[in-house]
Formats: sequence, structure tokens, C-alpha cells
Amino acid sequence: MSMNRRTVVKAIATGGVLIGASVLMPRLALAAWNKNAFEAKDQMSAMKALLGEGAVEDSAEVTLKAPDIAENGAVVPVTVESSMAGVESMSIFIEGNPSPLAAEFIIPAGTMADVSTRVRMGKTSKVTAVVKANGKLYSASKEVKVTIGGCGG
Amino acid sequence: MANILKVKAKASGGKTQVKMMAKHVMESGQRKDSKTGELIPALFLNNLVVKHADKVVFEANLGPAVSKNPYIAFDFEGGAKGDELVMMWSENTGKSATETAAIK
Repeated sequence: MSMNRRTVVKAIATGGVLIGASVLMPRLALAAWNKNAFEAKDQMSAMKALLGEGAVEDSAEVTLKAPDIAENGAVVPVTVESSMAGVESMSIFIEGNPSPLAAEFIIPAGTMADVSTRVRMGKTSKVTAVVKANGKLYSASKEVKVTIGGCGG
Repeated sequence: MANILKVKAKASGGKTQVKMMAKHVMESGQRKDSKTGELIPALFLNNLVVKHADKVVFEANLGPAVSKNPYIAFDFEGGAKGDELVMMWSENTGKSATETAAIK
């Protein structure tokens, strides 16, 4: 991906339109789509924007299921599970993607901390699941090898 | 408008398992049109809320790194055969819609 002046200007312009639209639109959701987190270019700033400054602790109670080798980076099945109580949200970060934050799942009380989805991966990279439980952050990571990237075109 | 979500929800043992697939391109905004060389503008689902009996049971904030035709599966406590699930989705463009599905 090349970042020249034109794309930057365009990104800023569309970003402005989005902010305008979100002000006018009544919010349907409980938690707003976190633009800063989803557009952050590196994993640390994406995590900070989404989950705050708190330390992230590796935990055996977070399970990240993903293939060792993904033949097609366009469709990589990922499952995040946690045996912890009081899970509030689960997020998936893909370090090697242009924007590492892939998805954030809000888990209300009564919903299992077990969510599956499918993500795109541009290249071989570490995938990290971050679980927010009782206000603290726990994570699990796994390296996924990608044979064909899913972000090109 | 035609529904974009395909929902399979099954109640058993006091829980409901929901599997959803949305028919959506999830255009990331980073691909270039091979003919014109122009960037294809981003168009992706960025929010999905599922409600059961007026209570939010699941919410997802998605980025363009979620695969085309997004698939999401989750389980929640409660729900019975015949109950209605209400799904509200929105795109990064601000377009949104509400769809319903019955638990089987």
C-alpha cells in the first residue's frame, strides 16, 4: 500500500464526512464504533485507543483458536473464548495488517465469552485476542502463517 | 430492502446458539481498481447489534479486516424456540437497517 499525499487527503476528507454522519445519526449502539482504534496503524496505539492504558496480561484463561497456516489470508477463521467470569468485551488484533484492530465484540451479561468469526490477514503475523474482564485486560496470541495475503487486489 | 443477514439460531439446554452470515463485500478501502488505478472506497459493516426480548445479547464493532461476507457465531443464555431476534446493522457510510429472525 502506498501512502501518497492524495490518499491522505482523501482519507481525511472521508473521515470528516463520517464524523458528520455519526453526529446526525441517532446512535443505535451502546458502544460507538471507535474510529481512532480501528484506523490506528500499529497495534499498540490501536489497543490504547480501544481499551485504554491498562496493562495487558497474558492469560491461560483466554483461548484463541486460529489455524497454524492459513492458505487463504482473505478468510482466516478465528475463535476467541474465555473461561473467566465478568467478560465485558473481546477484541481481535492482527499485528501485520495495515490497521491491526479487526473486530471488537461486546459481551453483555448472559452471553457466553465464546465468539467465532473470520478475518482477513495481509501477511504472516501474530494474532492477539484481548479479553476485558472486570475492568482488566487479558490476552492470548498466536502466530498465523499466511500463504496468500487477503488484502491485495 | 433485501435482507443481508442469514441467521441460524437454535435454542437448546437453556442456551441459544446464533450463527450469522452477512452478505457484504467488506471493501477495505485499500484495494485499487485494476483498470483505473483509483482506490476503491471503503464500504464495510462496522456495527452489529443483536437483541432478544429487548435486551442486547451481542454487539460487534467490525473493521475492514473482517472477511467478506462476515460470519459471526456466539451463544447466549435464554431464548426459546419461536422467539424473535432483532439484528441492527450499520455500515461505515452510515447506512443502517434492522432485520429479524426466529429462533428454531
